[in-house]
Amino acid sequence: MLSRVADALFWLSRYTERAENNARMADVNLQLMLDAQLLNSKNQQHWESIIFTLEDNELFKKDYPEMTKDSVVEFVTFDRRNPNSIYSCLALARENARTVREQISVEMWEQINRMFLLFRSGDAKRMFQGSTYDFFKWILEGSQLFQGVTDATMSHDEGWEFIGLGKYLERADRTSRILDIKYHILLPTGEQIGGNVDTIQWMAVLKSCSALEPYRKHYRGQVAPWKVVEFLVKNPTFPRSVLFCVNSVDESLHKITGVDRGEFSYRVEAERLSGKLLADLSYITIEEVFEFGLHQYLDRMQLRLIEISKAIYAEFCEWLDIDENETSQVQEQIT
Amino acid sequence: MGNFFEGYMPESFFDEMFESPENVRGHYQRLFDRYGGMSFEDFEKKRAAADNAFLSGGVTFTVYNDQEGTERIFPFDLIPRIIPPNEWEHVERGLSQRITALNLFLHDIYHDQKIVKDGLIPEEIVRSAVHFRPELMGFDVPKDIYIHICGTDLIRNDEGHYLVLEDNARCPSGVSYLLENRQTMKRVFPNLFSRYLVRPVDTYCLELLDVLRCVVAPNGNPDPNVVLLTPGIYNSAYFEHSFLARTMGIEIVVGADLIVQDGIVFMKTTQGLKRVDVIYRRIDDDFLDPHVFRKDSVLGVPGIVDAYRRGNVSLANAIGTGVADDKVTYYFVPKMIKYYMDQDPILPNVETYLSHFDADRAFIVENLDKLVVKSANESGGYGMLMGPYATNEQREVFRKAIEANPRNYVAQPVIQLSRSPSFCADHFEGRHIDLRPYILYGEKITIIPGGLTRVALRKGSLVVNSSQGGGSKDTWVLSE
Repeated sequence: MLSRVADALFWLSRYTERAENNARMADVNLQLMLDAQLLNSKNQQHWESIIFTLEDNELFKKDYPEMTKDSVVEFVTFDRRNPNSIYSCLALARENARTVREQISVEMWEQINRMFLLFRSGDAKRMFQGSTYDFFKWILEGSQLFQGVTDATMSHDEGWEFIGLGKYLERADRTSRILDIKYHILLPTGEQIGGNVDTIQWMAVLKSCSALEPYRKHYRGQVAPWKVVEFLVKNPTFPRSVLFCVNSVDESLHKITGVDRGEFSYRVEAERLSGKLLADLSYITIEEVFEFGLHQYLDRMQLRLIEISKAIYAEFCEWLDIDENETSQVQEQIT
Repeated sequence: MGNFFEGYMPESFFDEMFESPENVRGHYQRLFDRYGGMSFEDFEKKRAAADNAFLSGGVTFTVYNDQEGTERIFPFDLIPRIIPPNEWEHVERGLSQRITALNLFLHDIYHDQKIVKDGLIPEEIVRSAVHFRPELMGFDVPKDIYIHICGTDLIRNDEGHYLVLEDNARCPSGVSYLLENRQTMKRVFPNLFSRYLVRPVDTYCLELLDVLRCVVAPNGNPDPNVVLLTPGIYNSAYFEHSFLARTMGIEIVVGADLIVQDGIVFMKTTQGLKRVDVIYRRIDDDFLDPHVFRKDSVLGVPGIVDAYRRGNVSLANAIGTGVADDKVTYYFVPKMIKYYMDQDPILPNVETYLSHFDADRAFIVENLDKLVVKSANESGGYGMLMGPYATNEQREVFRKAIEANPRNYVAQPVIQLSRSPSFCADHFEGRHIDLRPYILYGEKITIIPGGLTRVALRKGSLVVNSSQGGGSKDTWVLSE
């Protein structure tokens, strides 16, 4: 297929997934704020952790004097100056969809277009002011509807695999970042590790990945930090764990190249990188992760995901002239 | 319940549906019965259903100057235009004759220029035509066909005679609306179709693909790679480009998707470079190749003209067809038909004055208040003076422009285009219409039955272009 089309499908999918994850993260943390123990002076630091995790600190500081609930939610949700806000993500997803209208199904186009138009008309903002809960739920459902419609109405051919690549690379990245939030949140003075607040915070991490119930089914017990990390990094069947996502990336890459996945084969660099990361994730133990340092481990993982993304572009879009627009699009993904 | 047609006045115009206020033309009788018996609510429901079909199908055109590319639907009028078989047969013969002559003319102009040497067309007119491409002199296109796809605009005058208003021999657009209009009408008025035998239009895309594959393909390649080249999503006709590519099942590409290496055109795919044999290009010559034409074009493909000249890639339409649809060249088409085919034109031109000729120019300048003046290379209803409706200042601007650049202007008497009933708020009123049939020139000449009927929805307006408040109607050619 055309390199340009593959690239657009990849980004269409990636931006939609990003919008969904931002919505989930904002929603969970807004709800977390409602818990009495946390409604104290440490609020600001809590929001800071979100901005740090998204690595948008400098951009935020440029436009907002204060870090409050309202300013962070505005920045993460509606601000067009923030290229990663939900609104920006949907606009970019729709722009990519528009360039490949004939490659995607009518249903896919209509769904992404509908979400974008609601933001542009101001209805999204009104919905948000009416009920933040309904609003974020609407975005989550909108993105999931898009993904469901994609699976159900588009041929599962090469283009669909590129959509998969975008979705799972983005999701792996976001799951690792959400896990990292906990690194940035400090416990209020006097609170114990493993105490109530600590547990609530780990539960919020799980909720941010829609993982609380699956986690409980899997471990049937208390929420413990190393178990949460194990679940979100290494669980082979939960569809938002890093391992699951990297495995899907590896699978899609092999479908695209036609190389058999058996016996650790690969033809292109992106396959080598995804295979290597997959092996690491499969064989590392959680003890080793904590020994290495959770934050350091997640940080390196994010760099490796970026390397895979770059290798995909280099391999399949090598002939595309990188003009300024595309460069900025590639950069957005790297920051 | 009032009849929608009550009080309908054809006035002094040729009305497609009514011979007189009391008499419906025979081929419209069944339509009259169906629509006349409908309640306002029923009609509104049909209208909403039609609008909805266009919106959800994304049948839109892009409005320029909007950052996010606003798309609008092309207003659709629910009263179809009906053409009886004998009338269509006449139109079809006329159009076939005309496209044949235009192709013979192009071949002659890019080779020996006999028609100039024999004194039928002044050399200066050809040389100074904006879209004449001297770079292609002596170049042979496959099977000598230059115009594969032509959209010729027809009008009917106050006596109902069909006249040719202009030829669109470069990248005529609008065919997708024609196809979508039919889809929508079938959905909204299924029963009406069973009362009429309407000739189908949906084989157009297959026939277009046949033309591209068989006739345009270079070196008789039996399995050519055909692509559609679009200027991109911000082009006003992007919906159509995407629609045609989808329906033909071919790749739609922008300039940046293509690359020329050693005189061969390739497209950039995830599996490397893939050779392209035929390009249905919806980009004007000017923007096709920055090496040869406009240097600032970012839409085109550097080196593509070289590949074309070497015979490694074919283009539809061929490069340089614009010299044939120049409004000044138009004046000479009846002469071409006589010269190349020794026939009289079946479909006449509108009476035309060329300001290039001194006598005509004097007449035009004297009669600016009675004439329509058009500049040679503008389209979409721009660069035009409607003399009788213009102010003195506007006429003065055109008078000066004509004197300064006589080659660039033609003038015609104002033709009162035929009218068709069109829906206005809660009743029908007569509105002026034209017709753009689409002609394909492949192994044989194929004309899609009917064409795109455009309607000037503003009261009294004679301008049917979508950019100027025009809409469209479904067009039915009856098979008996």
